[in-house]
Amino acid sequence: MSTIVSLPDQSTAKLPAKSYLNQEYGLKSWLLTGDHKRIAMLYLFSITFFFVIGGVLAGLIRLELLTPPADLMATDTYNKVFSMHGIIMIFLFLVPSVPATIGNFLIPLMVGARDLAFPKINLLSWYLYMGGGLLVLATMVLGGVDTGWTFTTPLSTHYLNTHVVTAAMGIFLAGFSSIFTGLNFIVTIHRMRCPGMTWFRLPLFVWGHYATSIIMILGTPVLAITLVLVALERTMNIGVFDPSKGGDPLLFQHLFWFYSHPAVYIMILPGMAVISEVISTFSRKRVFGYTAVAFSSVAIAVFGFLVWEHHMFIMGVSQYSALVFSLLTMLVAVPSAIKIFNWSMTLYKGSITFETPMLYAFGFIGLFTIGGLTGIFLATLGMDVHLTETYFIVAHFHFVMVGGMLMAYLAGVHFWWPKMTGRMYPEAISKTAAVITFIGFIVTFFPQFILGYLGMPRRYAAYPADFQVLNVFSTAGASILGIGYLLPMLYLPWSLKYGEIAGDNPWQATGLEWQIQSPPLTENFSEIPIMDHEAYDYEWLANKTHHEVQTVG
Amino acid sequence: MTEKTQSTHQDAEVHVVKPPVYLAIFFALLVLTALTTGISFIDLGVFNAVIALAIACLKASLVVLFFMHIHYSSRLLKLTVAAGLFTFMLLISLTMTDYISRAWGMF
Amino acid sequence: MDSPSIATTPHELGSSGLPHAHDHPAFMRHHFEDIGQQREAASFGMWVFLLTEIMFFGGLFCAYLIFRNWYHPAFVAGSNTLDITLGTTNTAVLIGSSFTMAMAVYSAEMRRKGQLVLFLVLTILLGGVFLGIKAVEYHQKYVDHHIPGMNFSIQEFVHPTNPKAIPLAPDMAEKTQLYFFLYFAMTGMHALHMIIGIGLLLFMVARASRGAYTAGHVIPVENFGLYWHFVDIVWIFLFPLLYLISRYR
Repeated sequence: MSTIVSLPDQSTAKLPAKSYLNQEYGLKSWLLTGDHKRIAMLYLFSITFFFVIGGVLAGLIRLELLTPPADLMATDTYNKVFSMHGIIMIFLFLVPSVPATIGNFLIPLMVGARDLAFPKINLLSWYLYMGGGLLVLATMVLGGVDTGWTFTTPLSTHYLNTHVVTAAMGIFLAGFSSIFTGLNFIVTIHRMRCPGMTWFRLPLFVWGHYATSIIMILGTPVLAITLVLVALERTMNIGVFDPSKGGDPLLFQHLFWFYSHPAVYIMILPGMAVISEVISTFSRKRVFGYTAVAFSSVAIAVFGFLVWEHHMFIMGVSQYSALVFSLLTMLVAVPSAIKIFNWSMTLYKGSITFETPMLYAFGFIGLFTIGGLTGIFLATLGMDVHLTETYFIVAHFHFVMVGGMLMAYLAGVHFWWPKMTGRMYPEAISKTAAVITFIGFIVTFFPQFILGYLGMPRRYAAYPADFQVLNVFSTAGASILGIGYLLPMLYLPWSLKYGEIAGDNPWQATGLEWQIQSPPLTENFSEIPIMDHEAYDYEWLANKTHHEVQTVG
Repeated sequence: MTEKTQSTHQDAEVHVVKPPVYLAIFFALLVLTALTTGISFIDLGVFNAVIALAIACLKASLVVLFFMHIHYSSRLLKLTVAAGLFTFMLLISLTMTDYISRAWGMF
Repeated sequence: MDSPSIATTPHELGSSGLPHAHDHPAFMRHHFEDIGQQREAASFGMWVFLLTEIMFFGGLFCAYLIFRNWYHPAFVAGSNTLDITLGTTNTAVLIGSSFTMAMAVYSAEMRRKGQLVLFLVLTILLGGVFLGIKAVEYHQKYVDHHIPGMNFSIQEFVHPTNPKAIPLAPDMAEKTQLYFFLYFAMTGMHALHMIIGIGLLLFMVARASRGAYTAGHVIPVENFGLYWHFVDIVWIFLFPLLYLISRYR
């Protein structure tokens, strides 16, 4: 199979003598660093840690659902397990996954800056994240929370006696960590671009993160104040969300989903940003319709704020309002489709090679398309009444979040692994892992669409025996999926020592980050670059390489 | 001491607002505070709330434009303020679509 | 157009504090290209942070709007128990502190150290007066049994002692709790911002008296000013919304 990978001669190649990894040594140099690349690494370790915990909880859920009765754990334990799974996966893994690791590492490199605008705030955001993470862990140790990740009132405020306040405070802190990440990105993208780096020369990765940051800074504070109100309501017995005191539980839903629906786009836009880079590099073509893809990211961010009520269609909101929101929800499909079409057109007549990131990217496109289209089912008022709160919705958001974002995250980690560490991951086994992940995912979640359509409700530990076959499929798929995720956790650390030396630009990609050494210097660029070509200009790269060969050789 | 700061060449365009402007805004704000308190003692029906909010918006605009220098700032900062207001209005107005129409057709 | 002069400027840490062209002052962070970029980034960053603050208070304002429309009589009754003299005084005090803060920014820009310290101290004093008056009002609420979740009683609204006040039906009187909860949540959140602000001001006075902000490094003063004015704006809205509902009654 053809490949574009071009590695330096392994017998003579060496890692750069000086890089951000060996600039300083010792734990202190990591914990007090202002370097965006080191902070990205800190995030990478911590979110992997939380992903493992969330993954184990997911395994427990699937194991419980292997058999119809609630036999593995008590029903209230099951409630706690799926709540903690949701909270950890959403707030501690998916929201920071790509932005805080890959984005943190790459945005300054891609815009040609020495660091993010506010390095100390960047570090603070990691500490806030860890604080939030520790509170969530504390919740788990103390006995968990069983509200579901949505903290639905008045269930969370009046009827449950679990650790809602601790969990809410954890999410509050994690929320501020993502606000600070978003703030840093926006200011960096606006103010720190290198000479010649105009808005329309930015890689689409940066556009995607710009849109994500908008949602982070405008949406997250609403969640923060909502959780403060929930905590006050629990501790001081106030009635803002309590109908018996004149409050309105739907107000909680409005405020919560005002953040949490756009948060879905926090979880997918950075994934789309990764995919744009990967697809372009491995088809050796400029992304088709660059401007359209760039603006569709911003459009998704803006439309994302107009649709939250579709989570509340069956909760007793006004039918007229629901109609408006149903129509608005359909709107989001337009920019998402623009992206999918443009990626497909980029592939068309491209010189496609099938390296691991590209396999994950193909997985993303297929799974995200299914996830996105089933979202339209749920946006339709009549269908939603039938499908909401069933496994259909579980399958839908797992297709988008796991099939979409997690695939994109793994694509990104593999794609930029040589840049982050200076070494290649083992290609053959990682391709296997990509395929295993895809198969495992389909087997796990596709049956859930059918289960949901047949009426199996979500969030129950037991179910009628008729549903068992499909649930067995799903649990079996989860086991395969688990292997698919375990493999990168094994071979990526292995490659740190034994991987091949990657050289500056193993993929022959065009981004600024590929024109510097891997791993990069602490100050990124020895001299601030001047951007004199468009993004994804493979001709420019070919000329540059040709020129170097002629002058050096 | 000159009115222009002895700044490096790069930030030469930083605008220094002079004390008379601040003083004028300060007094305008005090007058508007007195006005809004006074008007609240007159029965104007629904217009009490409208006028109170209008005066509050006017006061806030004065603070944003002059105390916070937005009047003299770049387009980016003006846009940032606008984005904040826009999103706040989205939160209010789209939530209200539910609240105002919830009882329609039920009486 | 592209400016190669920036790109070829060698990267070096600001070794000289002298504000000569092409030299970096000591307060410049090394990852910025020049002091203008640092200043723009800092003030833009502060504004982006204020956006999040708008949305943070936005949730409370949204709740206020809904409950005020649902339980208007309760909100009128609740609002009329607040002391309008103290409220108006406090508004004036806070506007005054915003003015002194604006003057502090001016002093920093003019590099007048004594004047800067003076205005910062004045801002602290006015902020302190505001919080003092707020404390008096909170205490009055405690005496009146109007603190929800603590000692709340609807007695005053069902059987008002004031002959001019209109008594509320018991179920509507219960809703005054929502008014007072929002009153405490909104003013409390505002007071929390004031307390944080005064803490920062104390720190800044200490640094300003050592001349930290009067050698060209005005960014911290300027950004703190933005924060302080924002807190002022929140109060500008809280005052009519909480104190001035149907005062003519």
